[in-house]
Amino acid sequence: MLSKKQLFTRGMLDVAPHMLSVIPFGIICGAIGIELGFNPYLVYGMSIVIFGGASQIVFLQLISGGASSLIAATSVGVINSRHLLYGAVLSEYLEKLSFIKKLLISYLVVDQGFAESNKFFKKNKNEQYLHYHLIGTGSTLWVCWQISTLAGIILGSFVPEELGLKFAIPLTFIAIIVQDLKKIDHVIVMLVCGISSLIFFNAPFKSYIIISPIIALFVAALILRLKK
Amino acid sequence: MTWLSIIIAGILTYFTRMTMIALISRDMLGDRIKAVLTYVPSAVFPAIIFPAIFINDYEVFIEMNDPKIFGAIVAIVVGYFSKNVIATILSGLISYWIILFF
Repeated sequence: MLSKKQLFTRGMLDVAPHMLSVIPFGIICGAIGIELGFNPYLVYGMSIVIFGGASQIVFLQLISGGASSLIAATSVGVINSRHLLYGAVLSEYLEKLSFIKKLLISYLVVDQGFAESNKFFKKNKNEQYLHYHLIGTGSTLWVCWQISTLAGIILGSFVPEELGLKFAIPLTFIAIIVQDLKKIDHVIVMLVCGISSLIFFNAPFKSYIIISPIIALFVAALILRLKK
Repeated sequence: MTWLSIIIAGILTYFTRMTMIALISRDMLGDRIKAVLTYVPSAVFPAIIFPAIFINDYEVFIEMNDPKIFGAIVAIVVGYFSKNVIATILSGLISYWIILFF
């Protein structure tokens, strides 16, 4: 049996390699918010209130492009719906926790933390304080995310607009999904989404950001049915 | 107004994290829905990528020789083979700047 402290430390160490991508991503997120002309407090507030890198950038980009608040908030929800999957997987290991503890630990569930803690959970099912590993990965990511977005906000005010740093937005998302180009079904889903977004780009309130994922997920469901 | 929508977005995001852990037993999410959810990144992010590359600030389609297309292709190739997030973003930005400024 490992102690709470040992599990927490193990979580911190397991997630450490991800800092290589989380820290630059946080810097980009902060810098882009400033580049797009937002109030620094607002850009930073998102890192606490939303705490989800990709969705924060999308939110800022949509609002600065003239999207309605409702569309921007909804698209954050759509992007983050993947957490439902993480929660479903983790719930098996968190069943014994009290309701309050479940509510608190949920705030810390993010992509990289989920990936590492889930790996650890699978191998160490019988540990009593298993959730301390998730607290370790989640809080490490939280602290790094806060510091790096702050750093980005400070740096962003020095970057000249002519550099076109906005182009870092699509590049960041390319970096997130590029490995899925190996799978043909994912490539189809990506193309459906991308082409729909161009077709519906002029739909009211920037609703292309909701319409195209829905079409693409529908196609994904069709592909899954055909696969069987 | 923007603050309000950030708070709504934050609450929505928190619910995506908390629902399956604290509210609903995991059996309620069927295998099919779980399988579809694995496609979420591929079904969402191209809607950011495509317009950000192919449509300019004046909401017009760009020319095929636009530096952004070159930058994106470099980023995809570097990302695919390097599997490195920073290398992907930097290679795309640098190749974009090279075309833009020289």
